[in-house]
Amino acid sequence: MSAINIVSPNGMLGYGYPRESFERAFQQKVHGIVVDAGSTDAGPHKLGAGQSIVSKRAVKKDLEYMFEKGIPANIPIIIGSAGGAGARPHVEATIDIVNEIIREQKYEAKLAVIWADFEKESIINSLADNKIKPLSKNIPQLTEEAIVETRSIVAQMGHEPIVDALREGADIIICGRAYDPSPFAAIGIYHGMNEGLSYHLGKILECGALCAEPGTTKDSILGSIYQDSFTVQSLNPDRTCTKTSVAAHTFYEKEHPYLLKGPGFELDLSECSFTEKSPGVIEVRNSQYKKSTKTFVKLEGARQTSFRTFVIAGVRDPLLLQKLDQVEKEVLVQVKSYFSEIPETDYQINFYHYGKNAVMGDKEPDTFGGHEVGVMFEVLAVTQEMANSICANLRSTFLHYGYEGRKSTAGNLAFPFAPSDVVFGPVYEFSIYHLLEIEANPFKTEWMGVNKK
Amino acid sequence: MTALFKYAKVIRSKNSGPFEVTLDILFDDPAKYQHFKEQNVLTIDKIAELYQISPDQVHHFVYFDPALGIKITIARDISSGSAGDRDVYGAQQHAPLMNIEVEE
Repeated sequence: MSAINIVSPNGMLGYGYPRESFERAFQQKVHGIVVDAGSTDAGPHKLGAGQSIVSKRAVKKDLEYMFEKGIPANIPIIIGSAGGAGARPHVEATIDIVNEIIREQKYEAKLAVIWADFEKESIINSLADNKIKPLSKNIPQLTEEAIVETRSIVAQMGHEPIVDALREGADIIICGRAYDPSPFAAIGIYHGMNEGLSYHLGKILECGALCAEPGTTKDSILGSIYQDSFTVQSLNPDRTCTKTSVAAHTFYEKEHPYLLKGPGFELDLSECSFTEKSPGVIEVRNSQYKKSTKTFVKLEGARQTSFRTFVIAGVRDPLLLQKLDQVEKEVLVQVKSYFSEIPETDYQINFYHYGKNAVMGDKEPDTFGGHEVGVMFEVLAVTQEMANSICANLRSTFLHYGYEGRKSTAGNLAFPFAPSDVVFGPVYEFSIYHLLEIEANPFKTEWMGVNKK
Repeated sequence: MTALFKYAKVIRSKNSGPFEVTLDILFDDPAKYQHFKEQNVLTIDKIAELYQISPDQVHHFVYFDPALGIKITIARDISSGSAGDRDVYGAQQHAPLMNIEVEE
């Protein structure tokens, strides 16, 4: 049997990719063009606010060339975790872009949309039925209150609904939140290939050319599945895959190096072999797919917790740098006293010292020896107005604070910008990151014919 | 003796989901990897000390021979992007590993 070839244009839809790299994939028959568009890496904001962190312009640019190569050649195109977080607003934004391109280019395409959203009511019921558990031991048990306060709840789909959409002849599949490798694995599994190989390859392809050297998410990569193996190779002559670079990629952003938990299965890569079949073509064998007795899908949800306003400024005065922590404590007392009518539980003030310990906080092992610190004052409050008011008072109090031993009586902060205070808006947190036990496929597919029945 | 950042090929950190950070140390040479593994300078207790966490907050500590690397996954105090978090992607939490002293 010949190979099933899958091209991943890049590691994140909207990141861009060199056309020449992508073009090289089509020197052989390509069975699927698959791109991942989502991640929780950028924090809870995308899911909580229903927004994306790549521009519409960039997503459109990336998709246009994928459609140009895929649609006329009847190669299915799959977008995983559409719009950054795969909830309804993200998927709808992606549908709009896809339709815009189809209309402009006068394509005919059969579009399948697989939704990943869950109603709060059904999650509350599942919680009552003991079907929900935290994903790791430092995550609190889910509560009804957290569910009610969560804006969108999604679950990561497996390959099953995507394979179904392929069987029914979809030209383009827009997936809501998906387990990152699933849209890639769906192509191999649809063509009857081994699930373990299909998923392991998907895990590699979902990051674009990150498994090559030098690695990047902004370039294309080709995967080929055979009966007992798969291969992966760079599509850009300036990068190459090596045994170690491909093996090491199984490490990337996963909690365990060779046991990967997916929806309804575990991937065991402990017995994998990695060999160089020909220069730059890495062959992988023995990726084991172990179906679980119970099927769990990963639920994700984010809720708003506060509003933020912040200030960034520089401190260069060596006397102030020596007693920065002390001055902050004293300033804090003044600010709290000024706003004595506001309950202290309604707001929170945080100080960050860039150049000293802003990245690691109290856990910074090194001692400070610099001559300048970038300070950031962050105010979180129950309303934006309150955050703005407290931040303005905090900034002016610190600016003019007459600390013990001060020589610079004109001002304590160097602001890079005017105005100095930045109104940030809502702040979110992941309120749901739990496993849900399911029995039937909860992901609903909707068909949208565009210029095509 | 030398510092780990001179000896290893890759030392990195990254979220593995919003509630954990995973630390990877990868080597470019099987002999160096084996030598590092056998020295046993890195242990769960050492990680707990470097990151000022308790050993049970070290969720995984696994060597993976085919990839010439070790992966350590630790609990986050504050989940990614929540109020008080300092590193949304968890991408700059590897620095305490860099100066671990290893035999060459």
